[in-house]
Amino acid sequence: MKPAAFEYHAPRTLEEALGLLEEHQDEAKVLAGGQSLVPAMNFRLARPAVLVDIAHVPDLDRIDEADPASVTIGARVRHLDLEHNTIAGPLGSLIASTGRWVGHYPIRIRGTFGGSLAHADPAAEWCALARALDAEIHCRSTTGERTVGAGDFFEQMAFTTCLEPDELLVGVRLPRLGDSWGVGMAEFARRWGDFAIVLAVAAVERDGDSIAGARIALGGVAGGPVRAANAEALMAGRPATAETAAAAAAAAAEEVDPTGDIHGSADYRRDLVRAMVTRALDQALA
Amino acid sequence: MIGESVPRLEDRPLLRGEGRFVADISLPHQLHMRVVRSHAAHGTIESIDATGALAVPGVAAVWTGVDVSDIAPIDFRQVGADQMVPYRQPILAQERVRYVGEPVAVVFATDPYTAEDGAEAVILEVSELAPVLDTTGPLGDFDGRLDTEAYVFTEQTGDVDAAFARAEHVIEAEFGVGRHTGVPLECRGALAVHHRTTQTLEFLGAAKVPFQNRDALAAMLGLPPSRVVLREAHVGGGFGVRGELYPEDVLVALAALRLGRPVKWIEDRHEHLVAANHSRDQRHRLRVATDDSGVIEGLEVEFVSDQGAYVRTHGATVATLAAAMLPGPYRIPNYRVTGRVRLSNKTPAGTYRAPGRYESTFVRERALDAVAAELGVDRAEIRRRNLIAPTEMPFERGIDALGTAVVYDSGKYEMMLDRVLGHIDYPALTWSLAERRAAGELVGLGIGFFVEKSGLGPFAGSRVEVDPSGCVTVTTGEASVGQGFETVMAQICAETLDVGLDRISVVHGQTDQMSYGMGAFASRATVMAGTATHDASLALRQRAIEVAAEMLEANPADLELVDGAVRVAGSPTRAVSLGEVASALGPASPYADGRPGLVTEEWYLTSHMNYPYGLHAGVVALDADTGSLSIERYVIAYDIGRAINPMLVEGQIVGGAAQGFGGALFEDFSYDEIGQPQVTTFMDYLMPTAAEMPELEILLSEDAPSPLNPLGVKGAGEGGTNACGAVIAAAVDDALDRPGAVTSLPITPERLHALCRSSPATA
Repeated sequence: MKPAAFEYHAPRTLEEALGLLEEHQDEAKVLAGGQSLVPAMNFRLARPAVLVDIAHVPDLDRIDEADPASVTIGARVRHLDLEHNTIAGPLGSLIASTGRWVGHYPIRIRGTFGGSLAHADPAAEWCALARALDAEIHCRSTTGERTVGAGDFFEQMAFTTCLEPDELLVGVRLPRLGDSWGVGMAEFARRWGDFAIVLAVAAVERDGDSIAGARIALGGVAGGPVRAANAEALMAGRPATAETAAAAAAAAAEEVDPTGDIHGSADYRRDLVRAMVTRALDQALA
Repeated sequence: MIGESVPRLEDRPLLRGEGRFVADISLPHQLHMRVVRSHAAHGTIESIDATGALAVPGVAAVWTGVDVSDIAPIDFRQVGADQMVPYRQPILAQERVRYVGEPVAVVFATDPYTAEDGAEAVILEVSELAPVLDTTGPLGDFDGRLDTEAYVFTEQTGDVDAAFARAEHVIEAEFGVGRHTGVPLECRGALAVHHRTTQTLEFLGAAKVPFQNRDALAAMLGLPPSRVVLREAHVGGGFGVRGELYPEDVLVALAALRLGRPVKWIEDRHEHLVAANHSRDQRHRLRVATDDSGVIEGLEVEFVSDQGAYVRTHGATVATLAAAMLPGPYRIPNYRVTGRVRLSNKTPAGTYRAPGRYESTFVRERALDAVAAELGVDRAEIRRRNLIAPTEMPFERGIDALGTAVVYDSGKYEMMLDRVLGHIDYPALTWSLAERRAAGELVGLGIGFFVEKSGLGPFAGSRVEVDPSGCVTVTTGEASVGQGFETVMAQICAETLDVGLDRISVVHGQTDQMSYGMGAFASRATVMAGTATHDASLALRQRAIEVAAEMLEANPADLELVDGAVRVAGSPTRAVSLGEVASALGPASPYADGRPGLVTEEWYLTSHMNYPYGLHAGVVALDADTGSLSIERYVIAYDIGRAINPMLVEGQIVGGAAQGFGGALFEDFSYDEIGQPQVTTFMDYLMPTAAEMPELEILLSEDAPSPLNPLGVKGAGEGGTNACGAVIAAAVDDALDRPGAVTSLPITPERLHALCRSSPATA
């Protein structure tokens, strides 16, 4: 369990980091918190010839709240800082409650938000949150910056995104949620801190006693995070009740197409989708 | 001092990062070994091409099976039998590979990274054969001549057929326990060096049974045993798994001899999960004959133990213990058991904490619950009616285990049952759980009784020596796997010599310090080495008084040993310290009289084990939506005979219970249909963490001291683990209001979810 040989770079500026990615292309991997990449390298499942450590690139560890309509989370913001964030309103509480579920405490100290998105584990909490909120993901290269919606960022193959080899994920813009929004997050894992078997992130906008719109993202049921579109459509305009939540959960269980592994068969995961969506929506409607 | 929960002497270096585990030790010019392992579950080796590996700069040598074909397979340490001999494991695969992870080649290089680069470049070609993955199915082929049933045995007592002929009820059932094992925090490791000046092979990283492994290594390598020295460093957990002699150990020792350089091997976790002994994995079929009141008249059991690909050092130990200990605390006068040790194409198996008992307690206690349900008798009451009474002690079971007759030395089982039922307020708890179930909750209680075994003989020795400064050294041939051995030995010695623990150091697991030793297994270290240390300390005390009497010109009968000094009772200024006595015993001193030094050595011999016992009771709550289970409450009563250090006993019980819950709920070495292991990292091998552990209520008792040793002590290592599977299963049945619902372990969320969906309680 020793990694294959690699070259290590610790650029001091963003330009330098992007230059290294441009130079080494497919040969290079970006190192941030290292909580997924380093184990993969130790197993020799990943064997990058070049590591570009962005630990010293300035400003990537900031949460930018200057915009009244959105919050931009720097790529290197740690899970723990998000768990204890001070972002106002439902967005802040959704980020906090989601952050609690990311790995174990030592992982949350080192692991990063941007790293989680770029790694794109199908059961990752942040990927589901980004998908639920239609996050805008800022990808930078030496030739400039492009912004990709979460729906296009994650491919439907596990651990795959639209990031080009010379691109660095620099930040993620999330819309602020006003007081008409309720949020919820539920996850089932074998043990506390394990990757989810199934997780659900929900955000529901209310219009009085009825539902104006709902966003439901699921992890653990496909190659990447998915939206439960039928369940969302079913909720729109319906009363904000537990019955609506149950109906939406049933619809979500119906529309997913999970594959099984040793921790849970496809049928079991489908049942878990129903349970997790129910719980996330119950929180969102509370 | 005995009976006090003093802090562990071991903790200071460990907590300060001053531990010396084998991975912490390096020698100049050492080579690092990396093992190339089979990727195929079963097949004939077509070729192994090491050319690429030898071309990697820094690779010093590569060996394959042909290079070590002169080395015998690893022999049995326990419970061997002639018919199992052909199934022993070679140190590198010879013609066939029989499990994924089997060593096929080794690469030696200047650093572990290069060794791994080299190992990657070795190309193994295998012509695959169909694997055997279900040992309850048809037997497979082992080597073209032998089938995969390595050993079959039957034990019986009483007249089983007559018991069934007159039985008023006969209950049949089938139960299984999954494949899991001990996973120490420290993986295995070894560092060997051949000292040419002394012609001695030194082997660091030994654990558990250094003396037996010394003898085995010497025999395999053709060296005199006195020229092989095994050394135990700090050991980060044993659990039965760590410390047995494995192929990698022999390869390291052989390489140090042949390559003329120190050779180091440190196992990684991925290797550990496919290479170190697996355990459990038994399927039992049984019939129980009872009378109308639920008294068990007869028990007939047939079981299969999935041994994996080879029979390793334990021989048939696990199956033998399962058979011998299955009747537990119940009288069961007529009992017949047939055990079948069968091979499969999985990692070979050995002992793991409560070997054979975790399995057989699950089976027996499930059977008791089935009898209770069949007859409509309360589950505690059905146990009470079958318990062996104190007046029946010593109780001869009529069968053997580990070469010794099973004779329960002492036990007050009903007293423990009453204590636990009182502690949990059984009627009130049963009522409140029924109320909660009526309100829709899935909550239930399970109880499980068991007898453990400890203190396996036949011997342990201890040498106690005082130096002229008054410092005491206790030397034994026994071993520490991190269980607090040093503290316990020091407490026993301090009790007799009345010296502070800070003056005592304990040497263990060094084969050049003692001629004989056994080791840390079978909950034997405190019973065996503790008794030897007790005896040696008493003898030393006697010797010190004799010599002091001459020095003080006093009558020995007037002397007492207080605070590390011998003094005249009633006249404390007339005293000599133990150090002064030791000073006065130089070889030429008149006091020595042919016995230089203040030193004594005693050997404790016993042909019988002793039998601690315990009772677990647990309350679980189920979540039907997800199939998750939480343990609301868990009580462990355990009779230790006498606790040297109650805190350490409780520590053993808590850690043991965590492993018991692991096997009940989380840990499972599964394989796909071609024999590829599905569980090879900690992402998939799920041991419980602190978050999954309930607060344990431990009721430690000393009701039944062992009459077999002067301290009355019994072993503590395995009682925390033993009944966890049985109790969780029983509690799940109760929660679902469905007796017999759980027939196998582990109870995964998916299985529990399916049970919940099909149970009337949740319909």
